[in-house]
Amino acid sequence: MPPLLSVSNLQTYFFTSRGIVKAIRGIDFSIEEGKTLALVGESGCGKSMTALSILRLVPPPGRIVEGEIRFAGDDLLHIPEEEMRRIRGNQISMVFQEPMTSLNPVFRIGDQIGEVLRVHRGLEKSKALEASIELLKQVGIPSPERRVREYPHQLSGGMRQRVVIAMALACDPKVLIADEPTTALDVTIQAQIMELLKKLQEERGMATLLITHDLGVVAESADHVAIMNSGLIMEYAPVTTVYSAPVHPYTQGLLGCIPRLGEKRQRLMPVGSQGRTLADLPPGSSFLDACPEPFAPRRGQIPPLREVSAGHFVRMWS
Amino acid sequence: MTPLLDVRNLHKSFDVSGPMGGRRLKLRAVDGVSFTLERGETLGVVGESGCGKSTTGRLIMRLIEPDSGEIFFEGQDILKLSPRKFRPLRREIQMIFQDPYSSLSPRMRIGEIIGEPLKIHGLAQGDAIRKEVVELLQKVGLGEEHYERFPHEFSGGQRQRIGIARALAVRPKLIIADEPVSALDLSIQAQVVNLMQDLQEEFGLTYLFIAHDLSVIEHISDRVAVMYLGRIVELADAEELYRAPRHPYTEALLNAVPVPDPHHRRPRRLLKGEIPSPIFPPPGCHFHPRCPYARDVCKEVNPPLEDKGGKHYAACHFSNEVGKFRHSEKK
Repeated sequence: MPPLLSVSNLQTYFFTSRGIVKAIRGIDFSIEEGKTLALVGESGCGKSMTALSILRLVPPPGRIVEGEIRFAGDDLLHIPEEEMRRIRGNQISMVFQEPMTSLNPVFRIGDQIGEVLRVHRGLEKSKALEASIELLKQVGIPSPERRVREYPHQLSGGMRQRVVIAMALACDPKVLIADEPTTALDVTIQAQIMELLKKLQEERGMATLLITHDLGVVAESADHVAIMNSGLIMEYAPVTTVYSAPVHPYTQGLLGCIPRLGEKRQRLMPVGSQGRTLADLPPGSSFLDACPEPFAPRRGQIPPLREVSAGHFVRMWS
Repeated sequence: MTPLLDVRNLHKSFDVSGPMGGRRLKLRAVDGVSFTLERGETLGVVGESGCGKSTTGRLIMRLIEPDSGEIFFEGQDILKLSPRKFRPLRREIQMIFQDPYSSLSPRMRIGEIIGEPLKIHGLAQGDAIRKEVVELLQKVGLGEEHYERFPHEFSGGQRQRIGIARALAVRPKLIIADEPVSALDLSIQAQVVNLMQDLQEEFGLTYLFIAHDLSVIEHISDRVAVMYLGRIVELADAEELYRAPRHPYTEALLNAVPVPDPHHRRPRRLLKGEIPSPIFPPPGCHFHPRCPYARDVCKEVNPPLEDKGGKHYAACHFSNEVGKFRHSEKK
């Protein structure tokens, strides 16, 4: 069976007045039904831009210049905008980091969830409200009958994120893209939201693209992991392999610098680089340039993603 | 020997308007906080949004004045000092802020930013300032070439280094670091944590390290204070606190931290509900509505912070039961 969503050779560039910024420089991955793929990386590695590219929401001056995104048989980059709009928020939906930016402060919760159902499912207003109450119940919001009539500012951060999840799930999407869904939340609330996402995914068999920088969250919820740096996937493997047998120096570096509870080590081992922005990059990736032999570019050529063992891909020369 | 810092029964509340405006309500941000800090030690203060950890830091800096309580710095109650008398002490207590983007003036060059405190406190003049600043830049992993640059030319991690250099400029004894690495990427976070540990060793610094990230706190701290709704609920040696928490909230916090090891996925026992409003905190023990150990007494009597043995302080009526719900340790 072909995967539900597959991305191949995706390239998204930003054409700024100061030159071209290659935010995504050719990435490939696929997700199967009911599975979770985590895109992991630090600020500016292109993980959020990948999500926006899948939904064809790349803001100008950015543009997808190359690649193919296949979803349930369609090539998303070559269907008319009209059709894309029917997929977006319906079959593929997204949860963003900061719930307040995805909620409109002047509309009631019920109206905002209801809008999704009215637009995509053609439900009437009263039916949509009923369905909204049911959705709020599913995402664990107490007294949903009262909450549907409230405005976003009356809810706490955790509750708002639950509302955003309810909106994203309103049309029973096949793919959920969650972009740092818990980063803005306190740790006890973060755990509740991750647990909720996991439960909903199991119930509905959704595929999830989880975008995060938190390796703890990844370890607890992903099936596969793609480690990204400067617009490229550096390593791609099942979650257990990434943690137990990382090959790429960047993956090793990331794992070496997490402080772990209960292991009070003397020293964290940071990855090199002073966190340069993509715009400072010389042609080719700065991190790779600093890497040892089999990982470093040769004559300006970036190493390919190579399968080092079944299902385990690493960007390196053989 | 007197501790470097001795905070006793600190209270601070803010006036806020009610839901309809008008009526004034009290938000008790810090509600009877006491602790001591020894020279050369790092005390971590951890808690979720609104627990009063940042307010505590600001009170010690006297950026805001407490409603009541005492703060002894090297045996001297700094709250009794007039602003003029307090000024030389300001040099001894410096702060590092969370947001490296808003804590540096965008119109000043790096050299001026770091040199300014030297000038203000009269520690160096003229060419000596430049020499001193360059030395500080090198100490934090930057160089002379950065002297004439502006903050916008630096990444978040570099800006945090500049903030650290500025704090260090006046040779303080105590540094209050308020979420110094929360805004940084993982690899940069590790560099800044390492830098802070190196500087502590070199200059014999004492840190009050405020953060919401339990793993970072445990890593850097000698002792840890856990705050909940304005009160310290547990205070103990960092490893001890992790190994055997004596307060249900600490236990819940530890359980909530995702473990970066996919081989040890476990069913999670999660804390129910959310943090109550600090304007209307629950009576008795503030934690009782969410606490799996709570009984009737918890609704009425606020448990004091007591030594439960071996300088492990906890504020819980049933602290000897805590640990029952702790997720099993991996091995």
